[in-house]
Amino acid sequence: MKAYFSELFTGAWSLIVGLRVTLKALFSPVVTVQYPRQKIDVTPNYRGHIDLIKDPETGTHRCITCGMCMRDCPSDCIYLEGEKQEGVKGKVLTLYTLDYTKCSHCGACVEVCPTQALDYCDDYEVAGFARKDFHYDLLKRVEERV
Amino acid sequence: MQTLNSYAPEIIRIVIAVAGAAVVVFGNALIMGYMERKLAGHFQRRTGPMEVGYHGILQLIIDGIKLMSKQLVIPAKADKPLFMLAPIISFAPVFLPLLVIPFSDRIQAFDLDVGLLFVLAVASINVLAVLVGGWASNNKYSMFGAFRAVAQNVAYEIPMLISLLAIVFMTNTFSLRGIVEAQNVWFIVLQPVAFLIYLVCMVAETNRAPFDLAEAESELTAGFHTEYSGMSFSLFMMAEYTNMFIVSCIATVFFLGGTSGIPLPYFEYTGIIWFLLKVYFFMFFLVWIRWTYPRTRFDQLMNLCWKYLLPISLVNLLITVVVVKL
Amino acid sequence: MNVDVLEDERQHHFVLNMGPQHPSTHGVLRVLLKMEGEYVLDPQPVLGYVHRCHEKIGECKPARSFMPNTARMDYLGALIYNQGYAMLLERAAGIEVPKRAEYIRVITSELNRIQSHLLWYGAYLLDLGAFTPIMYAFDDREHILDALEDVCGSRLTYCYCRVGGVCKDIDDKFIERARAFIERLRGRFPMYENLINGNVIVQKRMKSVGNYTPELCARYGVTGPLLRATGVAYDLRKAEPYSVYSEFDFEVPTEQTGDAWAAFNVRYREIEQSLRIIEQALDKLPEGEVMADKVPKKLRLPQGDYNCSVEAPRGELSYYLVSDGSDVPYRIKVRTPSYSNLSVVPEVCKGMMIADVVTSMGALDLVIPEIDR
Repeated sequence: MKAYFSELFTGAWSLIVGLRVTLKALFSPVVTVQYPRQKIDVTPNYRGHIDLIKDPETGTHRCITCGMCMRDCPSDCIYLEGEKQEGVKGKVLTLYTLDYTKCSHCGACVEVCPTQALDYCDDYEVAGFARKDFHYDLLKRVEERV
Repeated sequence: MQTLNSYAPEIIRIVIAVAGAAVVVFGNALIMGYMERKLAGHFQRRTGPMEVGYHGILQLIIDGIKLMSKQLVIPAKADKPLFMLAPIISFAPVFLPLLVIPFSDRIQAFDLDVGLLFVLAVASINVLAVLVGGWASNNKYSMFGAFRAVAQNVAYEIPMLISLLAIVFMTNTFSLRGIVEAQNVWFIVLQPVAFLIYLVCMVAETNRAPFDLAEAESELTAGFHTEYSGMSFSLFMMAEYTNMFIVSCIATVFFLGGTSGIPLPYFEYTGIIWFLLKVYFFMFFLVWIRWTYPRTRFDQLMNLCWKYLLPISLVNLLITVVVVKL
Repeated sequence: MNVDVLEDERQHHFVLNMGPQHPSTHGVLRVLLKMEGEYVLDPQPVLGYVHRCHEKIGECKPARSFMPNTARMDYLGALIYNQGYAMLLERAAGIEVPKRAEYIRVITSELNRIQSHLLWYGAYLLDLGAFTPIMYAFDDREHILDALEDVCGSRLTYCYCRVGGVCKDIDDKFIERARAFIERLRGRFPMYENLINGNVIVQKRMKSVGNYTPELCARYGVTGPLLRATGVAYDLRKAEPYSVYSEFDFEVPTEQTGDAWAAFNVRYREIEQSLRIIEQALDKLPEGEVMADKVPKKLRLPQGDYNCSVEAPRGELSYYLVSDGSDVPYRIKVRTPSYSNLSVVPEVCKGMMIADVVTSMGALDLVIPEIDR
């Protein structure tokens, strides 16, 4: 009999305590942002898709077409081609494509590059309608970047 | 012609009353829907709807348009006449109790002598609608939800009635106007136990959390209205909101003195402001409870009713009768 | 949804399909419930909806390229899976990891464990029907994710550990954020206790649901918080200490009753213990390199079998690698804790009501992608 009433009262009290918690939350400020209208800054270390870095001294990329990124990528999403041009030491990069639909952001390409030619960009608003929207031509992107 | 003339004021009264009830039903659905979503958001420390209109005020209107424009999908082997009938059974009776509630001293459509019995009787038609909807969907989850809802609603009507009966014994009348007028002191002070029991039954009768096993469960994917889409679903929702309004009105009438409050000019008509404030306080309470507690298990729900609420409400009734007769 | 009415003489049994799409099975799990009325007679989980052939992928590529796959297997404990695999390769190739890297791995792993437990907490209560605690838990979780995003670059599926250390050092901003988070979460515990742990509805839903005994757990190979809820204080971080866990002072919370409420409490108290480990690790963090020097680019593993076990948030995670001497493994086998935890469901959930099946599966804390791999 005593247990009946004590259970009833402790139960009811726990319910009231719970109500107080949500009431306090009702009068607290919201912790969300209205996304398209307010945006939070992304940390520069965010791993978006990779991009060739534009070297400030030479004004172009640093890739030497060694192909290590292509070999090391676990998902086989990098394809690059180079050719030998007269008068230039080593190969010249002619094509660098990234298939972003397969990339797993592991960072192997960025770390293995001997000239640190690659880095992540912090573009997180990527959305497209077709798979080919995500086949990036990184050589064209680095040439068009200011 | 003579008889038609003598009936004319009555007909006008009926038309105005039904129109008023329709305004209350749809207006309440709009206000409650918005209030619930905004409050739910702020309880969870996020904003609710913000896009449509200033801070989302027009959200419910757009939702209504969306629901009306959706295709009414009827499952293949569903029982078609019953399937279409269930939302109608749910929605049509909600207009009736609104006709007997004393919104203020002059605003009441009909003052029945058995007002309380009328309201409770009509409110229990909702059970039939849930059962028919769950059965006709040809979906095991819906069936489950329907069975649970029937057991729950039928069980919780009993303590609800008995706790209200204690008040009826004190005032000697079933008429809602009579109960409002008999409250010099609000009955919440005189009958706190009946108030608490009624509060719990109120939540259970309208199938709101923590007793919402019939509808939005994460165990059985939306229960008895799983298969309904578009307008049928919105009819169920409007019926639910109006049921909430009706039980809150009964709570206000019985325990918080109806329209009593600080006198305002033209109080016979403006008393409705106090009434609505109290009703919406109860609705806020219903929303508050929904977003705080998890769901009880079905057998614990029935335990609560049969082992706790019913004995306590009977004891309360006994004590009230003894005290009144002495 | 299948509607098979079994041909029983009384025609009372029916089969309900908690199908692959269901709000309460976390992930794509199908449970066939043979029911009578509200009671479940025979629950049978059906797996394989998320099978992505990770172990086969491990046989096709060099061993160190498997690292991103480890994070995809259990996305909530990704750093711990990374750490386990990196430890496996280091053990195989005989590479020693610098002290600072070990400390960083421990700090980020424990943050990951807290994040996983917070998500479990919120999602479990969402299954029970409470809609607000998940929002509060996710609010706390965001702080962890922001801190880890700054270091690891991703928010959920990290690829941070490398053979020989970690790929990027932590800076003062991360340390400050981690300390601020510890303060914040400790201040939030009373709120969680008031709202949930003390709530009579939650307690009634979870007490006496399921009876796990140490003998049952030994039969099915159940590990993790569920085993600790039966009274066996077996935590790999204390029983077979790996990395630098032996240098920290923390407890292994256990409960005796062996039901869903015990598992709930064990996981809740583990959050506090992880906070203690992070605090001690931040205090003792040594200076130094974060990557071992002379790690060969082409990591050839000597021929043989190698094994490594770590304590994932759900139990004991083991990697087993069979190498034939080249840099591509011959076979990788991953023993994931949720697979063994799920296998108790046919025995434990027999005769329960369907609401209790949901409660008990939530207490198991399943992550289906790691069951199916």
